[in-house]
Amino acid sequence: MAVTDKVGAVMVVGGGISGLQSALDLADSGYKVYLVEKLPSIGGVMAQLDKTFPTNDCAMCIMAPKLVAAGRHHNIQLITNADIAIVDGQAGNFTVTVRQRAFRVDPTKCTGCGSCAQKCPVETADEYNEGSKVRKAIFVRYPQAVPLVYSIDPEKCIGCGICSEECKAKAVEYDQKEKVFEIQVGSIIVSPGFEEFNARLKPEYGYGVYKNVVTSIEFERMLSATGPYFGAVLRPSDGDIPEKIAFIQCVGSRDEHCGNEYCSSVCCMYSVKEAIIAKEHGGSIKPSIFYMDLRAFGKEFDEYYNRAKNEYGIRFVRSRIAAVSEDPKTRNLILKYTDNGEPKEEVFNLVVLAVGLTPAADAETLSRVMKFRLNDDGFCQTGVFTPVETSRPGVFVSGAFSSPKDIPMTVAEASGAAAKAGTEITSARGTLVTKKEYPKEKDVAGQEARIGVFVCHCGINIGGVVNVPEVMEYAKTLPGVVYAEQNLYTCSQDAQERIKGKVEEHKLNRVVVASCTPRTHEPLFQNTIKEAGLNAYLFEMANIRDQCSWIHMHEPKAATKKAKDLVRMAIAKSRLLEPLENLTIKVNQQALVIGGGVTGMTAAIELARQGVRVHLVEKEKELGGNLRKLHYLPSGDDPMEHVKRLEGEVRAEKNVTVHLGTTAKNIEGYVGNFKTTLSDGKEIEHGVVILAIGGQEHKPEGEYLYGKNKDVKTLLEFKEMLKKGEAKGKSYVFVQCVGSREGDHPNCSRVCCTGTMTAATKVKDKDPQADVYVLFRDIRTYGFREKYYKEAAQKGVRFVRFDDERKPVVEDKGGKLEVKVTEEDTGKQLVLRPDYLVLASGTRPQHDAEELAPMLKVPMTKEGFFLEAHMKLRPVDFATEGVYLAGLAHGPKFVDESISQALATVSRAMTVLSKTTLEAEGIVASVDESLCDGCGICVPTCEYKALEIVAHKDDPKKKMVDVNVGLCKGCGACVGACPAGALTQKGFRDEQILAMIDAALEQSKKQEVK
Amino acid sequence: MSSDVKGAHEAGEHGFEPKIIVFCCNWCSYAGADLAGVSRLQMPPYFRVIRVMCSARVDPEFVLRAFKKGADGILVAGCHPADCHYIGGNYRTRRRIALLKMLIQQFGYDPDRLRLEWISAGEGEKFQKTITEFTETINELGPSPMRGGG
Repeated sequence: MAVTDKVGAVMVVGGGISGLQSALDLADSGYKVYLVEKLPSIGGVMAQLDKTFPTNDCAMCIMAPKLVAAGRHHNIQLITNADIAIVDGQAGNFTVTVRQRAFRVDPTKCTGCGSCAQKCPVETADEYNEGSKVRKAIFVRYPQAVPLVYSIDPEKCIGCGICSEECKAKAVEYDQKEKVFEIQVGSIIVSPGFEEFNARLKPEYGYGVYKNVVTSIEFERMLSATGPYFGAVLRPSDGDIPEKIAFIQCVGSRDEHCGNEYCSSVCCMYSVKEAIIAKEHGGSIKPSIFYMDLRAFGKEFDEYYNRAKNEYGIRFVRSRIAAVSEDPKTRNLILKYTDNGEPKEEVFNLVVLAVGLTPAADAETLSRVMKFRLNDDGFCQTGVFTPVETSRPGVFVSGAFSSPKDIPMTVAEASGAAAKAGTEITSARGTLVTKKEYPKEKDVAGQEARIGVFVCHCGINIGGVVNVPEVMEYAKTLPGVVYAEQNLYTCSQDAQERIKGKVEEHKLNRVVVASCTPRTHEPLFQNTIKEAGLNAYLFEMANIRDQCSWIHMHEPKAATKKAKDLVRMAIAKSRLLEPLENLTIKVNQQALVIGGGVTGMTAAIELARQGVRVHLVEKEKELGGNLRKLHYLPSGDDPMEHVKRLEGEVRAEKNVTVHLGTTAKNIEGYVGNFKTTLSDGKEIEHGVVILAIGGQEHKPEGEYLYGKNKDVKTLLEFKEMLKKGEAKGKSYVFVQCVGSREGDHPNCSRVCCTGTMTAATKVKDKDPQADVYVLFRDIRTYGFREKYYKEAAQKGVRFVRFDDERKPVVEDKGGKLEVKVTEEDTGKQLVLRPDYLVLASGTRPQHDAEELAPMLKVPMTKEGFFLEAHMKLRPVDFATEGVYLAGLAHGPKFVDESISQALATVSRAMTVLSKTTLEAEGIVASVDESLCDGCGICVPTCEYKALEIVAHKDDPKKKMVDVNVGLCKGCGACVGACPAGALTQKGFRDEQILAMIDAALEQSKKQEVK
Repeated sequence: MSSDVKGAHEAGEHGFEPKIIVFCCNWCSYAGADLAGVSRLQMPPYFRVIRVMCSARVDPEFVLRAFKKGADGILVAGCHPADCHYIGGNYRTRRRIALLKMLIQQFGYDPDRLRLEWISAGEGEKFQKTITEFTETINELGPSPMRGGG
């Protein structure tokens, strides 16, 4: 290892979805991570969400695996309930002083059982449920909290001592003090998230006065199964089901009166989502959304919006609500608004305020302590070409702290920031991470099962209902069991030592723990038996708490019987357990980047700086891609200058080999082991692939006389004319959504509105007298881009809204253009005679996407963009491991967003390339060659393309299936489909599950015989 | 005597104690079942959960074996459509269960003895509701044909 003054550790400040992603990426690529969170548990706002748009995924379902992974990762240290006090030093070597508030509970002793909170007499508003439920003075933020450690709220605790008495683990420590300590890190990532706009600052809506006016996050909690009414939508005033619900948009956004002129980017979509979910909860509910522009600008968002309108019947009213008043008798709410110029009044049963996103509460403190700049709106300042960098070198930013944004962009930035943080300290990679050493594994092959059973009381959580001694005695009678005991807490540290001792003493070769859920505790016990020299897969668990004592609290006899059954089932499976090997796959540490635009170049440079050999393949004769065609950026930055800078950096990087005028002809292999043949015949071996093939501007042949009249231009063509000074005219008309949000392209192209503002403003700057019209459906200048809309309007650009049913009509009157458009609001027809008609035409995928997709076995959307593994949480990954995507190939987006994604692919790729070998899953499918007849039924069941029909090993004339363990995720879908019984899932073999079934039903049979 | 009365009460109505096997996928439904526990939602105690990684792992053989061994009802629980941790496993489950329902009917089983339900990690209450309802259904149907019922 090279001598370096850099520190191989990163501090991530903020434990929401952003911080989680950064932490996991870095910890998986050779860095030690300190994840600092101000609340007692991580999870942030996403943990409060019921569902996420546009897939209506359950937020907790998709987030929990990441929470648990972060909580367990041996290279991530969680420091919760803590703030940053001082940051000294410089990039590569910071000293951070952290102040951690007292939990008043010893985290090493607390088992998270919750007995203390059950008995705590103090009730207070539950912040997690936005005050709509109560919690105790000793509490965890939410049921799935990580770390699962209770803490005492010092403000609320009355010091009665009941929790201390109740805690059988003796974890309560009233006199625990705040801790202040220093940590050395090389880089810092700040991701403290955002604060909801305080709806009381808009008194005209009556929040805090009228009970039936709630904020969107309160409504989100109401929709949640863990919320105040267990998922029922009810009026806070009387518990009635509200029939009419009004969503009021832009509360605290796009509003100079409250100081927030920016758009909060996510409210339109979350309101559409909440309206859909509310409708799903109760068919009688009629939601109406009052909005100014419906900003559904993300990937497949417009389709979601269309479904809300057409399938769910959600009503959309374009109007800004002036005021809300209450009928004191019914507690109904009266909304005043104007519809097509006419004043209206309408009564609703419930009003939801779509509150905007404001800077994190500690934004100013963080900026002061860490010495980075905030922007005018109080968010962290970043640049177009440096979207994840703060003004202080070595300190990076991600998520809603730099601008209001949705989860996918946040996750991409989180990975992007991790890439930058890693590059800073590449020379120290691997210096601070630890690898746990275990004793040599005992060979238990062929041995009779010698099972040890440990039954947990979990304080009184199990023992208070289930007769634990009886279960333990019963376990002793079962075949294969040579030892059984009961513990107060089987998960406690001393119990681990006991288990290890008993494995030794009784020569146990299988261990069964009957306690809580394997989802949280299996890894702990697996680790224990590994320390005792047993293979981790020789462990089985019976869940007699969460799925027994807790749900049958008033039926101790039945619960005890069930616990015995569950233990018998676990033992039945345990007898058949076998050691599994985590196979290792060799990794070729080179990367292939396809596409030499800003996205591909950014990825290539960053990878190279992390020591990776990169092949950058570009089909054109020069690098730069679409950025060469933009000419202007709304921020005033020069795109061409950036292209040249990147090109220079690529050329200077000895780790990057550029292949111009070249395409990939064939790609074979899997993560760590790809082999690509280029169009020039060269062969490259590499461990990962990054797809950055970009997109292109749609050429709307024939539409609005494009291609027929020389003065009809696309936006990019027009910008080029502007740049060259060729646009000479007095009158300009821009038409939005050309080839977007219609027909086969139902989604928004995201960038055209802002691009139009830039061009229109440029025209006005050059000639303030010019007539400039923008014909549009919704203006979608989201985030801080709203200011460009405002600037254009202030400079005299005129905006005319048209209905998508009545698109503008363009005619050529003797070479002169005539545009007729009907204004949506007034119904009046306008006739314009522009010198230039500029079509803001949509973004389309590149054609080569269709060739690459089958080569890499990756899916595409119906519009032809690549489809990522998960729209929310895996925005730059494919389900196929080792293949990543970024930029326009993923969907329309701005330069800064493409750069974030490019950096994100680097971070994701480094989780593979930083290792020489990868460990495959232990629980994978395997095939019995003697039974497989190569029918191929299993092949399409595999979502990960891990199955392939090959020539049979014994008889090449026959066929068989081959399982690629490098790709297998161990779901077992293929096993369930195999008609020959040739496929099996390790750890969940047919015999093992059948043994559980038989064991479960054994008792009832015996009873019947009697 | 008194313990017998209590026993009878715990054995459910009609003195029939149903045997229900529940297959839960690891990522959504099993987590939903755990959440029901964490939330202390009470439900009838006659079901036994078998955890599989994905609901698509539920081999038709498992269902048939459980019926053969005397299960009165079988519930397969997976992630909601589009929520599947393994992308699309639950869609295969849906098809398999539809076919299995037809098959068990031919063996003289009421198709309602086999149920498929989507339960997310956040739906502890749905888990409780499903178990309660399904137990009621099985109580109404009585013992399975294997156990002398109809």
